[in-house]
Amino acid sequence: MTKTFDWIKAHTLGFVAILIFVFLIAPNAVMLLFSFNQPANKYNFVWHKFSLNAWKNPCASADMCSSIKLSITIAIITMILATALGTMVAFAMMRYRFQGRTFLNVLLFLPMAAPEVTMGITLMTFFYNTTGSNSLGFDTIIIAHVMFSLSYVVVTVKARLAGMDPTLENAAADLYATPFQTFRRVTLPLVMPGILAAALLSFALSIDDYIITVLTAGNEVTFPMYVYSSFQHSVPAQIDVIGSTMLLITLAGITFAQVPQIIKTRKA
Amino acid sequence: MTTLTEAPPKASEVLGAPKKKRNLLPYLLLAPGVLWLVVFFLIPIITAISASIQTGSLDMGFKVTWNWANYSSTFSTYNTEIIHSLIYSIACTVICLLLGYPLAYFIAFRGGKWKNLLMALVIAPAFTSFLIRTIAWETILSDHGTVVRIMIDLRITNLMDHLGLITGNHVLNSPFSVVFGMVYNFLPFTVLPLYTSLEKIDPRLHEAGRDLYCSGYRTWRYVTWPLSLPGVIAGTLLTFIPAVGDYVNAYMLGSPNTQVIGQVIENEALRDVFGYPIASAMGVILTFGTLLIVLAYVKKAGSEDLL
Repeated sequence: MTKTFDWIKAHTLGFVAILIFVFLIAPNAVMLLFSFNQPANKYNFVWHKFSLNAWKNPCASADMCSSIKLSITIAIITMILATALGTMVAFAMMRYRFQGRTFLNVLLFLPMAAPEVTMGITLMTFFYNTTGSNSLGFDTIIIAHVMFSLSYVVVTVKARLAGMDPTLENAAADLYATPFQTFRRVTLPLVMPGILAAALLSFALSIDDYIITVLTAGNEVTFPMYVYSSFQHSVPAQIDVIGSTMLLITLAGITFAQVPQIIKTRKA
Repeated sequence: MTTLTEAPPKASEVLGAPKKKRNLLPYLLLAPGVLWLVVFFLIPIITAISASIQTGSLDMGFKVTWNWANYSSTFSTYNTEIIHSLIYSIACTVICLLLGYPLAYFIAFRGGKWKNLLMALVIAPAFTSFLIRTIAWETILSDHGTVVRIMIDLRITNLMDHLGLITGNHVLNSPFSVVFGMVYNFLPFTVLPLYTSLEKIDPRLHEAGRDLYCSGYRTWRYVTWPLSLPGVIAGTLLTFIPAVGDYVNAYMLGSPNTQVIGQVIENEALRDVFGYPIASAMGVILTFGTLLIVLAYVKKAGSEDLL
């Protein structure tokens, strides 16, 4: 009796997991499929007929392509700034003693615990009161994006530093490496995966953000803002082309990251 | 022997980590990041609190008039939207936990060597535009789609209509589709911390439970669940916090009847010149409301067993 129960239980779990995976993947599949659709009207919601049109002319809407360029530029600058500042904070927290650690912990936790829309509206109010309503634009978007991705960078790099064997650094010092050499040859290569993960995370957070961006953007239009406003008048198939491209790049990245592990298991 | 015992303190000195000496380096490392957060996060919240009690307009400038009316008018004018935000985000968090727990459990204990790949599949969608994926639901759940037809055939739409989740046979533009979209968007945030804490549990503990004649449920209830609690708390928080301020799903998958507080804040802030102190007031309410709920929840979860 217990065996049948266990059997049902074991397979129910698997079945539920598969259903949830279908749920998670379905919109991505629809997005990929509808990038090959030739919509009958302005909205690419209903399947009409197969076409490569959208893939051949991804920039049919010039506004869309300029918004993508803007989003990528912002994401790269955010990534560099947030990763640099966040990594420095993470190093200081893990390697040194300093005053005000509790304040720092709270300061880093709060941006992750505040709803996006409140960070957006408070920042907008701040810029209105200090530099005037015309100051909103490219710079303020960068400021906002670095602000909300900084904590995630610190958490990610800190986790990597915490998992590191401190004796390796001591060993380097014992072998007469200068502090700089130790950092350059031992610490940095060991922390690198954490820094890279943090950089990817801040890039992803920045390029996909809508809520904080719309409140700090002024007249600039990023890609998420373009998609959001296009929803009011027309949804071209090109949007799905961009989404699919992002998905394919991500999947390629995952596959690439799995390769060493697959080779390892083959050898074992 | 003496050189060996002397070596370690010397090493740490070389590393630049003297524990007792005053050192400027950590402050230099911290300064840029901390300044950024203080100036662009902390001070704006203080500014917003002051702006929320101001009156005036963009042309004439704003003055602090201790105008608490912004708060009372927020509550009276937008109580429906505040209630919507609360109900939707709580429903989203609970459903995410109910779906995310079995999924994280499955990956952690049955995933085997595919664990990392399965987790990557859960997180991968987060790296593509969530707005586009939300638009995709518009296609899947449209009135003429297969999903809705099956739901009509199985009388599910009928039942949901009676429960007030949808209107008639239209699944879209309803409270149901809004929460559905939110669950889809925030599920990875629940699964990730859950998986991290479940993955740490030694599977031999399950065997031990079985050896001691514990039923599967009792093993889960008294062994797995308590050990996974940190993940449950982190996962529900990571879901609830963004969900309470989210309005993209309410906008794309909802209707004017499913407006949430975020939509009102954006409308007030962007479209109405007089609206920005009110938007600030609502932002402050949302921040402190969320913080209160989070603190109460963490305290409850920390001091006693959850549930």
